Amino acid sequence: MVLSELQKGDRATIIRINAEPTLKNRLNSFGVVRGESLRVKGCSLAKQTMEIEVEGTLLALREEEAKKIEVEKVVE
Amino acid sequence: MDKITVVLAGQPNVGKSSLINAISNAKLKVGNFAGVTVDKMELDITYCDEKTCRDYMIHVVDLPGTYSLVDYTQEERVTKDALLEGDYDLIVNVVDSTHLQRNLLLTTELLELGKKMVVVLNMIDEAQNEGIEIDEKQLSVILGVPCVKTSASQKIGIKELEESIVKVAQGKESPSKVIYSDFIEEEIARILFFFQMRKYQSGIPYRQLAINLLQEDKQTYKEIHDDPIWIELQHTIREALEHLYLHTGTKDIKEIFADEHFAFAKGAKMEVMSRKSMRAKNFTQKIDNLLINKYLGIPIFFLFMWILFQLTFEVGAIPMDLIAASFTWLGDSAKSVLGDGLLGSLVADGMIAGVGSVMMFLPNIMILFFGIALLETTGYMSRVSFMLDGFFHKFGLHGKSFIPLVTGFGCSVPAYMAARTLKNERDRLLTLFIIGFMSCGAKLPIYVLFIGAFFGDQNAGNWLFLIYIVGAMLGLISAKILHLYVFKGEDEPFVMEMPKYRLPSFGLIWHTVYGQSKSYIKKAGTFILAASMLVWFASNYPKQDVLEEAYATKIELSQNQEDKKALSNELNKKVLEESYLGQIGHASEWFFAPLGFDWKMSIALETGLAAKEVVVSTLGVLYSLGDEIDENSSSLQEQLKKNIPLPAAVSFIVFVMIYLPCFAASMVFAREAGGWKYLLYLFLFTTTVAWLLSFIVYNVMKLIIGA
Repeated sequence: MVLSELQKGDRATIIRINAEPTLKNRLNSFGVVRGESLRVKGCSLAKQTMEIEVEGTLLALREEEAKKIEVEKVVE
Repeated sequence: MDKITVVLAGQPNVGKSSLINAISNAKLKVGNFAGVTVDKMELDITYCDEKTCRDYMIHVVDLPGTYSLVDYTQEERVTKDALLEGDYDLIVNVVDSTHLQRNLLLTTELLELGKKMVVVLNMIDEAQNEGIEIDEKQLSVILGVPCVKTSASQKIGIKELEESIVKVAQGKESPSKVIYSDFIEEEIARILFFFQMRKYQSGIPYRQLAINLLQEDKQTYKEIHDDPIWIELQHTIREALEHLYLHTGTKDIKEIFADEHFAFAKGAKMEVMSRKSMRAKNFTQKIDNLLINKYLGIPIFFLFMWILFQLTFEVGAIPMDLIAASFTWLGDSAKSVLGDGLLGSLVADGMIAGVGSVMMFLPNIMILFFGIALLETTGYMSRVSFMLDGFFHKFGLHGKSFIPLVTGFGCSVPAYMAARTLKNERDRLLTLFIIGFMSCGAKLPIYVLFIGAFFGDQNAGNWLFLIYIVGAMLGLISAKILHLYVFKGEDEPFVMEMPKYRLPSFGLIWHTVYGQSKSYIKKAGTFILAASMLVWFASNYPKQDVLEEAYATKIELSQNQEDKKALSNELNKKVLEESYLGQIGHASEWFFAPLGFDWKMSIALETGLAAKEVVVSTLGVLYSLGDEIDENSSSLQEQLKKNIPLPAAVSFIVFVMIYLPCFAASMVFAREAGGWKYLLYLFLFTTTVAWLLSFIVYNVMKLIIGA
């Protein structure tokens, strides 16, 4: 599944980032790297943007970008 | 005195500016804080090494924050270029101790540059509060460069940092200590061996050279390509790369090294950092639950903005009368000293009236900048970007456009520069074009003046808020139109860090407010003073001797006092109309007449192209010279109310809201947009929109009032 399918509070592990090099690099520099785990902290109205936490960093991204991040949901 | 040049590099929001403040306040005098190069901040610090009794001049260059050395935004390119090509002695890498891993990623990239370096573990107090412990000695061993714990806000470790800077600057360059995975190290060793065998003459250490080759660094290839050694080397490198590809299963060398950097940063963090408790970000979390709440977030944001504008007006009004009164007094005393002649008029009606009308608004400006600085430094601004991105995106804008746009409420010049954070050329241009719709601080005096004159002081804050909101709305609509018809293309991805909430240090905010106020006063003292004198001259010359003599006899002949006054007013008006200024005003009247402006208002708008403050000072000069119908109503507001009909006043406000920003901002715009032709486009675009909307507003208002 992809990141944009997750709901607020969900935890997941990053499997793959299917983005062009610049975006991928940007995500990397924020700590969004294959194998790391993340948590969805919230979404804006109509889920146009979502907030995630990776290694203590809070990140905002748009739904389109969230679709490019393949994740595996961690069942708690 | 020895000079040491230091570049300050780090990710955004790591407290670099606070650190500079802490260093320069501690005991050292700040040489120059002038933003000579607008994108880099530079200052000099003198430091005395007590042990050796030697004085050092530390020249600090503060670079814009960057997440990595891969240029993503224009801002980051500035940093990268400065780091790669700049002439400096060492890098001071400022690191946020509470986000060690992510920050060490940049540190790793910096280490690969092979320069002298000091790592600053800043915000160590905050880290301790969050239960984070960092072993800086161990980190120094791993990175091969000294690491210093500091807290800019608590003034911890500042002295140690200075000592390290001097020590490292005096020491030898240390080769990069970044260690890669075994399979990469093997290939490095192979290339190293080759260089050693051939006794290759290299300017940089072999290891660095080998790493550069493996990373496919273009510059290195360019240099080595012309050497005969290349023929043999080519084979070795090709083989090495093949091995890397085989090992990682990808042919993307950037990705291979990105993974390596990440692994190194993570490894280093694991070894030196321990977490005592998880008291972490509860604070930020709790505030975020409210401030970026799905439903409440945006209303709360508007509430904040409303409060800001109320404060700007209400609190700003308190010292305003005092300032106005003191300038009136100054003008009167100047006249009594210099007499009513030409010189007295120049000083009182020209210089003092012009500068005074601008200085009156200093309190408003200070409050507005204070508010904007507060929003920026607390970390709230990026939340608003997050909330508004969905909305902005509909208009073809980017969530990040929000930051330059809000900055635009303060001043367009930094706003145009803030647009650099937008990576995408199209998004950037679009944002640049609509920044002008966000009324800048210099337009505030015009609004305050007109609102006071025509709507009274009662709801002034609300009217002001309305003007700003309408301006912003018009900007969004223009963005949509431009997006649909002019700037088409791919949208920039929206990925942004949301920094932790921080109580900003008062010093930092004061620094911003002080800096902006200083430049405002400076502008009033120089540019506006000159403009006021020019306007005064243009409104007093050429001298109308014939006309004045004719009236002089008329006045003498007339019997009662009232006739005399009426005649002298008529004279003043005629003299003004015949003056250079009057001629220019009349010449352009045809253009502004459909909007309801008389020639004085036209002139004020034209002089406003130099600086928006000049609009007010021009009106001040024109109306203080012109129609002093009775001596009691000397205030400009009353004069305006008497002379300008309401529809024309509103139409004037609309025109001011939209038309071309000041000269300085226009220059910056042309530079940031990348050419003069864009300035021409901006001029045509804003003038057309301003004219059309003013025309509509004027006629609709006339209809309403007439009916």
